[in-house]
Amino acid sequence: MAILVGKETRLVVQGITGRDGSFHAKLMKEYGTNVVAGVTPGKGGMNVEGIPVFNTMKEAVEETKANTSVIFVPAPYAADAIIEAADSGVKLIVAITEGIPVHDMVKAKKYVVEKGVRLIGPNCPGLITPDEAKVGILPGHIFKRGRVGVISRSGTLTYEIVSHLTAYGLGQSTAIGIGGDPIIGSRFIDLLRLFKEDDETEAVVLIGEIGGTDEQDAAKYIKESFGKPVVAFIAGRTAPREKRMGHAGAIIQGSEGTAEEKIKAFEDAGVKVAAEPEEVAKLLKDIL
Amino acid sequence: MKVLEYAAKELLKEYGLPIKKGKLATTPEEARSICEELGGRCVIKAQVPVGGRGKAGGIKLANSPEEAYEKARAILGMKIKGIEVKKVYVVEIADFTKEIYAGIFLDRKNEKAVLMVSAEGGVEIEEVARTNPDAIIKLYIDPAYGLFPFQAREVAFRLGLDNKEALKVATCLYKMYNAFVGLNAQLVEINPLVIETDGNLLALDAKIILDDNALFKKPELTNYRDLDYEDPYEIEAKEKGLSFVKLDGNIGCAVNGAGLAMATMDIIKKYGGEPANFLDVGGSSNPEKMKNAMNIILSDKNVKSIYVNIFGGITRCDDIATGLISAFKELDIKVPVVVRLTGTNEEIGRKMLKESGLPIHTASTMREGAQLAIKLAGGG
Repeated sequence: MAILVGKETRLVVQGITGRDGSFHAKLMKEYGTNVVAGVTPGKGGMNVEGIPVFNTMKEAVEETKANTSVIFVPAPYAADAIIEAADSGVKLIVAITEGIPVHDMVKAKKYVVEKGVRLIGPNCPGLITPDEAKVGILPGHIFKRGRVGVISRSGTLTYEIVSHLTAYGLGQSTAIGIGGDPIIGSRFIDLLRLFKEDDETEAVVLIGEIGGTDEQDAAKYIKESFGKPVVAFIAGRTAPREKRMGHAGAIIQGSEGTAEEKIKAFEDAGVKVAAEPEEVAKLLKDIL
Repeated sequence: MKVLEYAAKELLKEYGLPIKKGKLATTPEEARSICEELGGRCVIKAQVPVGGRGKAGGIKLANSPEEAYEKARAILGMKIKGIEVKKVYVVEIADFTKEIYAGIFLDRKNEKAVLMVSAEGGVEIEEVARTNPDAIIKLYIDPAYGLFPFQAREVAFRLGLDNKEALKVATCLYKMYNAFVGLNAQLVEINPLVIETDGNLLALDAKIILDDNALFKKPELTNYRDLDYEDPYEIEAKEKGLSFVKLDGNIGCAVNGAGLAMATMDIIKKYGGEPANFLDVGGSSNPEKMKNAMNIILSDKNVKSIYVNIFGGITRCDDIATGLISAFKELDIKVPVVVRLTGTNEEIGRKMLKESGLPIHTASTMREGAQLAIKLAGGG
């Protein structure tokens, strides 16, 4: 069954006429995702890779019955794109864009929540249900369908860990990059709740990093009520304090957000924490 | 982007907050003449992007222009938490009766701005939170509505001030929120906000952290970026579109993606090495970026080996190979370089490196690459 995206996904690509948008629209389509529309204000009537382009999200959803949107719109306009999507009737929004101002994101997040729409990202690689649908920029070929759910704050580190999972014969139900920003649509805990209800998912891999307290919240939830095995990895054990490590959200502030406190929270919750990326697959194999 | 006190005050002034007259000086002579302009008495304040200036001797009172000269001479060049003082803020003296803390920042967990106020001003709010948490009043602000004036009043009336003072504080809080929103700030803090002997309010010290991602909205704010206090290589990296943080070790790292870059530092440390830096060459790294990355790593003379760890997703391994080959041609690379290339177009990339005949060490896994880089740096 997997979660969030699959055969039923009808995808609209916001920012489809841009460099990244058109490139990835093509790759997603090649992977097998049902890409039904694109949106770029002022480019309505065009065609990109055989995909019809509309001026507004409302129009795109009315004409094509799209239920999911992926956003490649540049940062200054991306929060507005998220809000437009939430207003259009789609049920899932995946924002790839990096560098959205935090104040804009705070407003967009509130709007999305009030509309009851799920947001993944921003500043994320998107998500994939192998063999069914890829929404975002993940390299499809490293994934293999199976029973492990993956939730990660990172992009390439996810690919690194997933490639080991696949090599160990541990396929994935759905793999989700939740994004490296301080304000994101869905956190670890939100997606753990979905994986808990998903029969296909037997175990979950969490890939976290320094900054914030989302991992600690996830650990608490796992301990109290998750009920499926979880293996975690935390990046940034050697990161200095008060320095932003690439991702806007990857910063240790004061004493909050260190790798040690996150690892401790997971271990207290009975979650095995891998000491290096390769070990994740091994630990999981031992459990299953 | 953290702005210095003088800049924070100039910005707050634009939003109508009360600040004392003052000017920036980079020499004792300038400090003397500013002190004269201010009427002969002043405070000299070190301008560095760290707290604890007072305790370190970076804030001094001067009762004459001559004294201002002497005090500025003592402060300029001194080090506060390892940072050399390159400029001082020369300001009018204030006499006050009460000190209040007022801060607005984005609370990541609640996804809202939060206003924090305390009658125990003048000390770090973290300290108050530890010793007397009940002394802190918190108000979460709905991003759709912003701060209402009545909310600012409610908070102010809980500070134990007289009615007149409380109303003035409420006005200040309201203006602070306007500044917070107008500047797209991550933090606006006035500590202390003082009540002067004549009953007026004054922002005695201020701190603002701006969101780098929002600077496009007000490009003029970039003028407050203080390059004096930023690592020159980090500045250069930023200009080249690379994300770079200097560390103390001797193994340079060039990695695609922030998470993988952190994990690479961690694995080096795990096997007994010390990373020299964090460096993310970015998602769709073109060959030019790879060359720039190598250049920045090599400018650190501590570096004894370099580990290039690439997992090609969107990044193509052949682009990385092209960049590396041109880096070897154009730069004087004397330290051993370990390359681990996996993912999109890995066969082409590896073949290119092999055929180039360059002295590159290759590794097939992340761990193997780290171990090799450590060995070549002479450690582990």
